[in-house]
Amino acid sequence: MYTVKYLIVAIFVALGVLLPIAALTIGRWLRPNKPTEDKATTYESGNEPIGEGQIRFNIRYYLYALMFVIFDVETVFLYPWAVAYNQLGLFALVEMCIFIVLLGVGLLYAWKKKVLQWTSI
Amino acid sequence: MLDLVGQPLTWTHTLIFAAYGVLLLLIILGFVTYAIYFERKVIGWMQGRYGPNRTGPFGLLQTVADVFKLLIKEDTIPRKADRPLFILAPVITFIPSFVVVATIPFTANLIHADLNVGLLYYVALSGISTIGMILGGWASNNKYALLGGMRSAAQMISYEVPLVISVIGVIMMTGTLNLHKIVEAQGDNFWNWNFLPQIVGFIVFMIAGVSELNRTPFDLPEAESELVAGYHVEYSGFRFAFFMLAEYVYVFAIASLTTVLFLGGWHAPFALLAFIPGIVWFLLKFSIIVFFFFWIRATMPRIRIDQLMGLGWKVLLPLALLNIFITAIYMGITA
Repeated sequence: MYTVKYLIVAIFVALGVLLPIAALTIGRWLRPNKPTEDKATTYESGNEPIGEGQIRFNIRYYLYALMFVIFDVETVFLYPWAVAYNQLGLFALVEMCIFIVLLGVGLLYAWKKKVLQWTSI
Repeated sequence: MLDLVGQPLTWTHTLIFAAYGVLLLLIILGFVTYAIYFERKVIGWMQGRYGPNRTGPFGLLQTVADVFKLLIKEDTIPRKADRPLFILAPVITFIPSFVVVATIPFTANLIHADLNVGLLYYVALSGISTIGMILGGWASNNKYALLGGMRSAAQMISYEVPLVISVIGVIMMTGTLNLHKIVEAQGDNFWNWNFLPQIVGFIVFMIAGVSELNRTPFDLPEAESELVAGYHVEYSGFRFAFFMLAEYVYVFAIASLTTVLFLGGWHAPFALLAFIPGIVWFLLKFSIIVFFFFWIRATMPRIRIDQLMGLGWKVLLPLALLNIFITAIYMGITA
């Protein structure tokens, strides 16, 4: 049973890998290839690029990544609970309430600390 | 056809599955080609323009010509780019977008990977595309691309949380992650479908879905007027085409998933209309959702980045969490 189901997934993965390879190979036969020095420069609105491309960026992106990890782990806990909710009953619901309230407090803390506000730094 | 999945594995079955996979891939490519055409046409009409009308009858061959143009374009990779990652990034973005479709049940009998963890599989795989976008932005070694990639990642992960939490109500009501069983649990009348008891979850899911697709009004990662093109600014030819392809395959996937989760999949809206084949109903609901995506693109302006993040974390996430308790109370009353 399981082998067959995941075989379909494996076929889809194989096709997903095959399509880019096939398309790019056919493209290689059809497209021109005349590289020049100017074509290989990094694009910067038509100017000569200044400095490195991999510049320093806003620290805020890391904060969002951290928040994401916290809430994504929450969903890992929520999914099995939701599947089994009908069998688990009130006790599990109260338990989940406590868990979500704790995370909600964390969200409120981040909110008050202006992590969620784009213009605070 | 579904009982094929339940039978022991033989080479014939493997070939049938492979043929089905190829067929679905061709259907999706056809869908993408004409979704782009209809998007331009519909938005053209909504804005009092004609839309594409020169290539072929009614401009029907416009996208075909565009794809062919991309195929014969020279492929330039910047000297400063990280070559292996640059080549890999569009492929990483594309593969999950196609693989998630494997688990979508289009009708009651059509072959699909009937996974017990179907919904989780969808959510987990669709997250991988974000990595491709960051990689593309980083490997280009370009300031615009890097900022676009970072914005993309921030937006995608911020809206993935409400998207994933908003479907928990559906899981609670059906008690399974299997997409086939989720559709079966919804009845043959439209008031039995999940979007009515799950109206909060449905709205959150739609808004977060549009944002996950990077479409207007949430198309900041590709904001043409601000970041040139975002993470794929250095890409040309077919490598660029794969980023666009992934985006439109996700339109297909999200519209199918919405139909399956909230709009009753292949079920007819009234029990007396059940004699019409399920695939017709599925395609009808699917098309309405795809049209909805085009419609809001023509109607809404792009929102600012601070509004975007504020909406995701301060409005949608609390609403999605609230929806879990509303569902629990609703189930307590009705049970």
